[in-house]
Parts: sequence; structure tokens; C-alpha cells
Amino acid sequence: MSESLSIVLFSGTDDKLHAAATIAAGGAAMGMSVNVLLMYWALDAFRVDRIENEHGLSYDAARPRWKEPVEHVGEIPWLETFRQAKELGEVSIRACAGSLATLGLDPSRLDPLVDEEGGIAAFLAAADDGQILFI
Amino acid sequence: MTTQSTSLSSDELAALDVAKVVDARGAACPGPLLEAKKAMPGISVGQVIELWSTDPATKTDVGAWSAKVGHSCLGTLPAEGYERTFVVRGK
Repeated sequence: MSESLSIVLFSGTDDKLHAAATIAAGGAAMGMSVNVLLMYWALDAFRVDRIENEHGLSYDAARPRWKEPVEHVGEIPWLETFRQAKELGEVSIRACAGSLATLGLDPSRLDPLVDEEGGIAAFLAAADDGQILFI
Repeated sequence: MTTQSTSLSSDELAALDVAKVVDARGAACPGPLLEAKKAMPGISVGQVIELWSTDPATKTDVGAWSAKVGHSCLGTLPAEGYERTFVVRGK
């Protein structure tokens, strides 16, 4: 098993954020070094003034009653799962510098879960020989 | 993350004989990195480029890139509103 797992997290809906958090937590639990790069809509979701909001569901949920499959769930706990992932093991969450510029967002406005601002080469170097997922 | 760098002191960096200055100020990642890469064929092995950037991610990015492709990142000096990163062409 590879020692590292890297996730480029682009999506900002609750369902995809939860999927990413679950993978990060699983990787951390298994002793892997997990690197997450936040881009675009995921980066926006990690703003300290927005992180606790509802972020909706992805297009896959498009249907007459779009929340019907998950109505019983209530709040989708992706934020808590990311927090647990960090407690479980080696998880680094970086804010993509390019996305910060595109969104006109200063890193100081991000939730403390985000470790640092980073460029693409630094993320790819950290990813090393491990798998890179795009969510 | 492995970063190949022979970290020089500020004085040593300031005294470097620089073959080319690459002004990537105003560009966000991956811009400065691509400018550095494009500049390399224009200098000889062993010569130094000086990359100017306003993006704080540039210095770690260039460090990681240098290590990966065989150059050597010597360090960064602060300037007025930007940073100057020095890289020796390794091959």
C-alpha cells in the first residue's frame, strides 16, 4: 500500500465534501500521509464565515425532490469528519494559491483547518508516488 | 516533501552573479513556476536565475520543482512588495 494519498478537492457541495472527508479520514486511519489541495468551490466552502453553512448537493441530486435520498440524514457531517481525520493522523490541507487569487480570497479568511497556502508543485511533490484523486 | 536547496545567507544571495532576472510579479500560481521553467533553456548549467514573484506560494513551489527536475533552489530574499527566489540551473 502506498504511504501517501492526495486529493485535489475542487467541489463545494456537502455530498462531495463528505466523500472527500471520508477518504481523508480513512487514509489517515490507515497510517497514510494524506494531502488535500483545496481549489475553487471547496476553497470557498472552507471560508471561516461559510464553513458551517449548508452547501447543497451536487448536480447528481437533480430530481423533483432533490434532497429525497438524504432527507433522513439531516446535516451532512463533512466538517466533523475532516476534523477527525486530522486527529487520526497525518492530514495536510492546503489552499491552492491560484484559486485564492481567482476568488480574490485572502488566506486569513479561511478556517483554521486549512494549514497553509500552497502552489501546485509543492502539492505534487508532497503527493510523490501516491495516488492523486480529483473530487 | 523533499526540497533540494543549498540555503545561502541573505548576504550570499544578494551577492550572487545572476544570469537572468524573471519578473513574474502579478502572476498567480502556476504562472511564476512556468516562467522559471521557460527561462532555464536561456541560461547555461551552473548559472543562476532570479525569479520575482508577488505570490507567497512561489518559493516553496520553486523549491519542490527544483528538487524534482534537477536544479538547485538557493533561497529567497524579501523585496518591496515581492520576493526574489534564486535558482541554479542543474542540467
